[in-house]
Amino acid sequence: MSLVTSHFVPVLLWTDALIFMLLIVSLAAVWWIRRHAHLRAPWAAVARRPMAMGAALVLAVFVAIGLLDSLHYRERLDDSPPDRPQYSVEVLSVFDALAGRLRTQQEKTYSAPLAMHLYAKEFTERGGATVRDYPRLKYGGAHLKQADEYGPDIVRRILVGLLQGLAGSLLLFGLLAAWQARHERMRLGGWLSAWATGHLGWPGRTVVIVLTLMLILGAVMARLAAGYHVFGTDKVGQDVLYISLKSIRTGLVIGTLTTLVTLPLAIVLGIAAGYFRGWVDDVIQYVYTVLNSIPGVLLIAAAVLIVQVAIEAHPDLFDTAAARADVRLLALCVIMGVTSWTSLARLLRGESLKLRTLDYVEAARAFGVSHARIISRHIFPNVFHLVLIAIVLDFSGLVLAEAVLSYVGVGVDPAMYSWGNMINGARLELAREPVVWWQLGAAFVFMFTLVLAANLFADGVRDAFDPRLEERR
Amino acid sequence: MSPLLRVDKLVTGIGAARVVDGVSFDVAAGETYALLGESGCGKSMTALSLMRLLPDGGRILSGHVQLGETDVLALPERDMRRVRGGRMAMVFQEPMLALNPVIKVGDQIGEALSLHQDLGGQAARDAARALLDSVGVPDAARRLDSYPFELSGGLRQRMMIAMALAGEPSLLIADEPTTALDVTIQAQVLDVLRNLRAKRRMGMLLITHDLGVVAENADRVGVMYAGELLEEGTRDAFFTAPQHPYSRMLFEALPRTGDAGRLTTIAGQVPRLDAHLRGCRFAPRCPFAIACCRAESPGWQELDGQRVRCHLAGSLPAGSVRERVAHPVAEHPPQPLLQVEGLKVFFPIRRGLIQRTVGHVRAVDDVDLTIQAGRTLALVGESGCGKTTVGKALLRLIEPTSGTIMLGGETLPAKNMPTLRRQAQMVFQDPFSSLNPRMRVVDILLEGMDALGVGARGERRGAVARLLNQVGLPDDAGGRYPHAFSGGQRQRIAIARALAVSPRLVICDEPTSALDVSVQAQILNLLKDLQADLGLAYLFITHNLAVVEYLAHDVAVMYLGRIVEQGQAGAVLRTPRHPYTQALVSAVPRIEPHTGQTIVRLAGDQPSPLNPPVGCHFHPRCPHASAVCRQTYPARTDLGGGHWVRCHWVAAQD
Repeated sequence: MSLVTSHFVPVLLWTDALIFMLLIVSLAAVWWIRRHAHLRAPWAAVARRPMAMGAALVLAVFVAIGLLDSLHYRERLDDSPPDRPQYSVEVLSVFDALAGRLRTQQEKTYSAPLAMHLYAKEFTERGGATVRDYPRLKYGGAHLKQADEYGPDIVRRILVGLLQGLAGSLLLFGLLAAWQARHERMRLGGWLSAWATGHLGWPGRTVVIVLTLMLILGAVMARLAAGYHVFGTDKVGQDVLYISLKSIRTGLVIGTLTTLVTLPLAIVLGIAAGYFRGWVDDVIQYVYTVLNSIPGVLLIAAAVLIVQVAIEAHPDLFDTAAARADVRLLALCVIMGVTSWTSLARLLRGESLKLRTLDYVEAARAFGVSHARIISRHIFPNVFHLVLIAIVLDFSGLVLAEAVLSYVGVGVDPAMYSWGNMINGARLELAREPVVWWQLGAAFVFMFTLVLAANLFADGVRDAFDPRLEERR
Repeated sequence: MSPLLRVDKLVTGIGAARVVDGVSFDVAAGETYALLGESGCGKSMTALSLMRLLPDGGRILSGHVQLGETDVLALPERDMRRVRGGRMAMVFQEPMLALNPVIKVGDQIGEALSLHQDLGGQAARDAARALLDSVGVPDAARRLDSYPFELSGGLRQRMMIAMALAGEPSLLIADEPTTALDVTIQAQVLDVLRNLRAKRRMGMLLITHDLGVVAENADRVGVMYAGELLEEGTRDAFFTAPQHPYSRMLFEALPRTGDAGRLTTIAGQVPRLDAHLRGCRFAPRCPFAIACCRAESPGWQELDGQRVRCHLAGSLPAGSVRERVAHPVAEHPPQPLLQVEGLKVFFPIRRGLIQRTVGHVRAVDDVDLTIQAGRTLALVGESGCGKTTVGKALLRLIEPTSGTIMLGGETLPAKNMPTLRRQAQMVFQDPFSSLNPRMRVVDILLEGMDALGVGARGERRGAVARLLNQVGLPDDAGGRYPHAFSGGQRQRIAIARALAVSPRLVICDEPTSALDVSVQAQILNLLKDLQADLGLAYLFITHNLAVVEYLAHDVAVMYLGRIVEQGQAGAVLRTPRHPYTQALVSAVPRIEPHTGQTIVRLAGDQPSPLNPPVGCHFHPRCPHASAVCRQTYPARTDLGGGHWVRCHWVAAQD
């Protein structure tokens, strides 16, 4: 056994495997698209839209965090014998390792964002007497000796973060300008003036501005998080910023893996119904009409409960709590996929009905081309833009659906970090006085940013792929 | 006398393109002015500029439009609404799209009446009825209560004309009013327009690409090219001696009676209007162009009553560039290649919960055809008569209900499809929908070879290069996608695709009807060359009789799923015997004045093949129908020379 594996053992959860498979497929698709002019053209149009590119950058940050959070491992216990290593039951990820103290600095209970004190009064010893007061936090602002240092410290941290962010962005911008000018064989000054006037062929200004804003925001957050809990702590004293960041992976998994389940069903059944018509069409239509007439939440609740029972009946199959939660997450993705393929299938059926009567399909039939080949070469490539638009539009809807389902109690495992669980946890605390608002607020801010970015990106994709808008471009 | 409409140096731009560039013309009351030109030349944009109904991004940049005493371009939008429909009205090309499908036509006409004449209730209904009577709608009172989908194309276009007339306009703009209609219906609608113009002393602006329509309807003609007027003159002067090289080439590109020579084609395409254009816009495609043409734009020149914008006007060689060649007589005895007997295609009509078959649409009913090797058989008829269904049933793209197909004298069982498909292929009407936009040309051409296993795998690439060369496309065309090609080039690709499996028969389903005249000439030349080189047989399905005369050796005329007359092209088209063929031939608008033949105008529309009339299908529209026609379907009457007809009237004469 090598030295590396002796310190930790990698853990491959089901969803991790699927996510990386999806990543590989996406990279292969990118490679494929780059080689085909007619596939590249609409993506180039997406890349020319400032709004879509800005949104794509924000999405990229979310995806990066999600991917880092999908590399799981278990640490070796310190006291395990070297010949028979034993590993912790806690599954960590590379993101946890990077977040470092954010995960471990746990307070006793609620504390407000950037607070020095706990949110609840406790009896503490002060100068020999027992007083009931808000105690200082164990980690948040622990470096401050006096309460009056608080304000200047916050301001200092914000300013330092701002400067660091700006410096980093300037450095990056310099590198970008030098590389681009070299690449385009232009003088540096010429490139800069082209950038400033927006004559680059790609939305350079938007990209640079969004990057700068993200770098500044990231640096300020990092400076503040080093000494405080930026979004406060939750009921058990865990850092809300950490929970929110961990929830990104759950949101992305739900948004992407559900689509992975939806797509084959929708594409195969939709195209088959439209292309073959007759009894195939009848059967498929009956299936999705029936499926559509059952309330989705009911189906999901039933399926999740069944999975829950199955998990509890076979505890020996799962060696960690994370694996258990992961299977439940996967089950949720599957059942959401099974209930949500109908609308895309209906769309594809209609389009295939139209395409099958077109002359080039008739011409292929006149050559005796097989059905499978007609579908793969003539029908599928011509409905693919619809599939793509549906994927990006559905993504944000699914992220929101997870939040609603977890709130209702049929979503992901309660122990799992997710925005839905955060909102569910914050629900009761909203009624207390003074209000604990930061859990809900943080979940809202993160979810809002992700969904907004996804929707703006989806808008760009739809505009670029919609053939009706093509003429106006 | 001041003209009704005066357009002066009108310039209209859409984005950076000047789609109408300095167009000036007049229309007098009671006169028809025809704007002639190929698609994309700015004819419709001129009309929309007059109505101020330009699409998004379109703007009138300069110029004057004077309607009577009114300066149309200076009117505020509120007053413009009264001018539209009230003083000038428009009839659009597609009657299907111009009528609201959920409102009864009576109410739609009533709306126009209440707006422009302030009529309502019974008065409006009476006025609407009078309008329908004036456009020749039979049974007008009942038609007022029908929805657009209940009407045929010809009736719908009459409704559109009635609506346009509701405001009693002094100028009627007709934008390709008959392009979407069959020839017999086109003749009816053009008659209506002619009569109305004479009766109401309206001015009419007729926009068309069809020289025949212009010849029969216009008083004066203006030829448009790339946003400019190139030539203007009275009809008679224009048709006896067109002055501009472009107008001349339009004439030369038309297939004509008794001519089998090559058609003149106009090389290149209409220039893009958003580019900076120098000199004469036609110069890049003009065979007579000199240095001066490319440098400066020609001004107007007067030539015996005609106005023309050409540096060389008057000095061009007179007369036709194209010599006339008579049809060669077939030397070798014709060999039957494909024979069809008793072909029937019925589409079941299903009703009710369990989809019980309650009847049949008899799209093709007992058709016999023989296509001879190396010859062209044209299948002619109005839309909906089943001619395309015949073509598709031959290739079994539609499963025939019954009938035998014989290839080279042997009956072909349904199992043996690959044999048939290697021998017969199809070229479709619309080159834009017949090529998969997401496949490269080389993949499109390889598809048939791969599917039918033609040639060795390694040799197919070479075969593709040969095919592209054969249809006159550049060698690098294979690597590109269909959207990089123009309509004519796409049709060449479609022809190359059919030829890829080296068939002996090509079924051409209206291959030129979606193309402009000059491009049509290129495709017809190509088809003819291919026939000479490869000995191809064609089944040419079309409604365009001029093309038939040019290309076909034999003609079969179809009406409501049956062939009513068949014979050699010259015999059938010059001495048609069946009343339907006679009507069809005389309905085609011609450039030359009609000689000798009486003009036959058909009343009414083709009945539905769902419920064809008892006896001879044609009797409800036939001017010679007698009692026997209403009872039995006529048998074949042989007229000699392979010419036969199914008609009781002809049988009685012989």
